[in-house]
Amino acid sequence: MTFFLEVVIGGLLAGVMYALVALGFVLIYKASGVFNFAQGAMVFFAALTFVSLMERGWNIWLALAVTLAAMVLLGILTERIVLRPLINQPPITLFMATIGLTFVLEGLSQLLWGSQPHGLELGIPDVPIEWLSEKWNMNISQFDLFAAFVAGVLVAVLALLFQKTRIGRALRAVADDHQAALAVGIPLQHIWAIVWATAGFVALVAGVMWGVRNGVQYALTFVALKALPVLILGGFESIAGAIIGGLIIGASEKVAEVYLGPYVGGGIESWFAYVVALLFLLVRPEGLFGEKHIDRV
Amino acid sequence: MLYREAGQFRSTYAEDQQIFPIRQDRIAMAALLVVAFVAVPLFGDQYWLSAILTPFLILALAALGLNILTGYAGQLSLGTAAFMGIGAFMAYNAMLRVPHMPILGGFIVGGLSAAAVGIVFGLPSLRIKGFYLAVATLACQFFVLWALNRVGWFSNYSSSGVISAQQIQLFGYPIVTPEAKYLLTLGVVVVMALAAKNLMRSETGRAFMAVRDMDVAASVIGIPMMKTKLLAFAISSFYCGVAGALYAYTYLGTVEPEAFTLDLSFRVLFMIIIGGVGSILGSFLGAAFITLFPIFLNLASKWLEHALGIEMSHAVVSNTEAMIFGALIILFLIVEPNGLARLWQITKEKLRLWPFPH
Amino acid sequence: MLLSVEGVSLAFGGVRALNGVSFDVREHEVRAIIGPNGAGKSSMLNVVNGVYHPQAGTIRFRGREFRDMHPHEAASLGIARTFQNIALFKGMTVLDNVMTGRNLKMRCNFLQQAIWIGGARREELEHRRAAEQIIDFLEIQHVRKTPVGRLPYGLQKRVELARALAAEPTLLLLDEPMAGMNLEEKQDMCRFILDVNDHFGTTIVLIEHDMGVVMDISNRVVVLDYGRKIADGTPDAVRSDQKVIDAYLGVAHA
Repeated sequence: MTFFLEVVIGGLLAGVMYALVALGFVLIYKASGVFNFAQGAMVFFAALTFVSLMERGWNIWLALAVTLAAMVLLGILTERIVLRPLINQPPITLFMATIGLTFVLEGLSQLLWGSQPHGLELGIPDVPIEWLSEKWNMNISQFDLFAAFVAGVLVAVLALLFQKTRIGRALRAVADDHQAALAVGIPLQHIWAIVWATAGFVALVAGVMWGVRNGVQYALTFVALKALPVLILGGFESIAGAIIGGLIIGASEKVAEVYLGPYVGGGIESWFAYVVALLFLLVRPEGLFGEKHIDRV
Repeated sequence: MLYREAGQFRSTYAEDQQIFPIRQDRIAMAALLVVAFVAVPLFGDQYWLSAILTPFLILALAALGLNILTGYAGQLSLGTAAFMGIGAFMAYNAMLRVPHMPILGGFIVGGLSAAAVGIVFGLPSLRIKGFYLAVATLACQFFVLWALNRVGWFSNYSSSGVISAQQIQLFGYPIVTPEAKYLLTLGVVVVMALAAKNLMRSETGRAFMAVRDMDVAASVIGIPMMKTKLLAFAISSFYCGVAGALYAYTYLGTVEPEAFTLDLSFRVLFMIIIGGVGSILGSFLGAAFITLFPIFLNLASKWLEHALGIEMSHAVVSNTEAMIFGALIILFLIVEPNGLARLWQITKEKLRLWPFPH
Repeated sequence: MLLSVEGVSLAFGGVRALNGVSFDVREHEVRAIIGPNGAGKSSMLNVVNGVYHPQAGTIRFRGREFRDMHPHEAASLGIARTFQNIALFKGMTVLDNVMTGRNLKMRCNFLQQAIWIGGARREELEHRRAAEQIIDFLEIQHVRKTPVGRLPYGLQKRVELARALAAEPTLLLLDEPMAGMNLEEKQDMCRFILDVNDHFGTTIVLIEHDMGVVMDISNRVVVLDYGRKIADGTPDAVRSDQKVIDAYLGVAHA
């Protein structure tokens, strides 16, 4: 029984990590209606820049600050070069543009910093919490718990930002209708720059967390792909949905891998989340917290 | 001056309905086919045949398949490589297990198997659209790749997972030389491209485009939603399946799951974005571009190395290539969302007036 | 009696769009449905067409009863329609759009189409001929190869009508066919509608706000208000009906 709990909790915590990445997607989608396929590449870029600076002996806070600045710059550039010319194009065009952006970012990251994997240490070891493993024979990583805590704080801050501030309201208006937002005087380009910069920040946090967990390497970009099922479950526009979706996907994936995996040769993790998302889509296309899509003729 | 239509009147609907209504186009196409079928294998360099022209044709076929689904029918798919993989593996198994199976039969088995899987993974399209559908096709891509890897039957329980494609022959004539492989590929691709063009200018093509543009309206005028969408998935997957079989038999020489990863799906998607969605010609133009571009980039970097006296590592070149691809995608989406095919059309329209300005 | 609507009620959640509406449509007539905005006129057409399914009541078309019809079933029964906000296929040319209207009459399967020579080619040419006749009839030959998205609004409406006619329907439902048109365009459209009714004998039900048009071209009028029928009769009778004047027409101020 404790083993099952351990697996579930491990999965939940992994799910939190997925949610971190998914948060970036939700931010951008909520505020600009764009499905940013490049989020994974942004996570990778942030993590790689940060770890490379650290390895060159930079102070951790300085490295963080510089990386954050780079992400903000990236956000502004993206808005200026990719989004602005594509205002009012159908969403599928914007989506494909972000696929292009993914390739640009991945190439750039590796061009700048090389392609070897890097380890990342933050001072919190990835070891089981002692008293838990002693008392209840459960192995739950200290680091995973820390990541969950960070994610929680981030979510709270973002939720507050969206609900309570003027900027948050503007962001929601922009997500609904670009032209209408322009018509009431919301400075579209500034808003988008802010949003993408924030998403960059979220990507940085996610990148650092994932970097400690799995090392900073090219495979990190695939983590973002995993965030897609999370978004489907949670709905593309909901911050709460990203967390809950992440938890469900993380837990179910781990449980499936541990309990189902041995019967079918293992490696289920590569597709299980997607199939769960697919089945979910058939039942509830807009996700747990998403808005229903109405087609009018 | 050369491209004038003066004097070419189309007085029957039949004439108007031709694939190439303008005489110059017909002549050009005929010449191109003669060059492709006769001149190239006779005078072509072996390296070009086996490493450039053959994969170009195969990927053009895959791009054609994806274009049918995404360009014409509007159903975004990121699972192209998975369908190609199914085609390759099922062709292999057909050749392996069915005595005296001709290679064309093997290709058809590969295509039909891919079509069957395509229909299954296309079922969600009845309820979901846009990026949600893209995620469903991602599920297909990952699941199929996993299955091809883990389910031993596909690779005949081989321990290494990499199997050689069998030697093939067409009507008793062995297909081993690059020329032979090229001709086989060319033949299959030309026939299938013609079939695709015929399909897209008939009711099927119109039904696909109607579903893409406004599916509720399509339903109202009598176009059956489910049948149309599933047919799009089936035909598209069939094309990708045959392309995959060709990929294994006339290009790679091996049948392995690692040749059909998500990366390939993206490559084919880029081909149709750059070449032109919803265009048969666009599939070919896009495939040509993406096949030739790395070569061009390699040559350019070699020249730069010489000119500037520096060493450029392979990693630098391939990362630059990725960046330029990505940038090109964005550029095309901004400047000409209908891709090279539309640019070609505009060129032709200008040519009709040349040398006059208007 | 071609079409008979009996006691149809339609609700969306808490909103009652239609409330026990009944009327009939005779063969070959031009029937107008009028009423203020939100009266349920488009919803009524959508019910006849199978796009919406009413909670109560039935539709009787050519003697057969329905409640849960699917839009493409309605199409195969001979009901065609146009929409308020033009539902054309923007990526296709005018000719292609009109040809899609012929889809129910096409018999060849996709394999025959892929081969093209023989059955598919013959069928395509035959239907091309039929489509061109309609294009001639509606005077849109000059734009037949233009992508529909590039046409001005008035022409797009005409193309939509052409597509509906291409199906050779028994019943044609027109949802505000003259919306957004100037006087000349309206006159043209009126002429076309009357021609369709005359030449092809098509029964027409149309929703229209321009009372001049309604009085001129319709045989009988149904008036809806807040989802209920408040008048039913000839244009003159309806025009002088007090309930209609109160709800919709208003009184001219001298």
